[in-house]
Amino acid sequence: MKVKVVVTPKAAVLDPQGAAVRDAMQHLGMPEVQAVRIGKYLEIEVDEKTPNLEARLNDLCRDLLSNPVIEDYEVVK
Amino acid sequence: MKFAVIQFPGSNCDQDCLAALNGMAGVKAEYVWHKNTSLTGYDAIVLPGGFSYGDYLRCGAIARFSPIMASVVEEARSGKLVIGTCNGFQVLCEIGLLPGALVRNRALHFICEVVTTRVEVADSAFTHGCPQGSLLRLPIAHGEGCYFADEATLRELNERRQIILRYATADGRIDASANPNGSVENIAGICNREGNVFGLMPHPDRACEARLGSADGLKIFQSMIETIAASSERAA
Repeated sequence: MKVKVVVTPKAAVLDPQGAAVRDAMQHLGMPEVQAVRIGKYLEIEVDEKTPNLEARLNDLCRDLLSNPVIEDYEVVK
Repeated sequence: MKFAVIQFPGSNCDQDCLAALNGMAGVKAEYVWHKNTSLTGYDAIVLPGGFSYGDYLRCGAIARFSPIMASVVEEARSGKLVIGTCNGFQVLCEIGLLPGALVRNRALHFICEVVTTRVEVADSAFTHGCPQGSLLRLPIAHGEGCYFADEATLRELNERRQIILRYATADGRIDASANPNGSVENIAGICNREGNVFGLMPHPDRACEARLGSADGLKIFQSMIETIAASSERAA
């Protein structure tokens, strides 16, 4: 089974990469672009028969894959 | 007096830290590999700069799960002095010994230059050798040194006098022009509530020889040495 995790910077955190990409998009003919936020996307192959998978995955998303001080995460199955 | 300098795969200021500390009177600094699990017998712990685990995922995110880190937390909780410079600061934030986090520099560039920092707390375990408002010239070298903390945390840091160093102009003013990386409130270094864990983005380890630009880093290490000496005198 493939689990997808999306990690995004929290709104209050400066995202200079996102700002640079927004500027580039505006320069390249999309002035309507208002904001870009850049996060991370992870694909995780995991044995779906593992007991307690969801809770353990969430624990690791919180402890390793994201830093709750600056990021939010979402697990997409 | 013994200092442990933790080596992670990808640490690259471990030698600078060791050389700086071993150049100081009465100090013996030793490397401790990150797979070790004990820090017994050391008076202070140094988490050096570098790119532990290649900075993969986030800076310090993987190093904080190294076997040695359980002992670092345990020793920190028992009151031992812990200093993390640059990547070491990032590791201390990731593991939660210090509040907040370090994110990508505002201007996206890796910055390698000498900056001026102002000592905001003159009686901390790490800066009591420097009167309040002293200016320290220290090198920085980082891509992710922009300190972030939410408003509640910032308020607490200010109220509890945990902000030890701020980036300042050459004449000691704290303003946006002196902020190299976008850190909130020009924060360059903070300590924990108990005052025994200190993290800073600048490198005191690279500022220990006047002929190489600055010896101001020695003031931080000297403060640590005096703090340890004073506490062992009290214990004796």
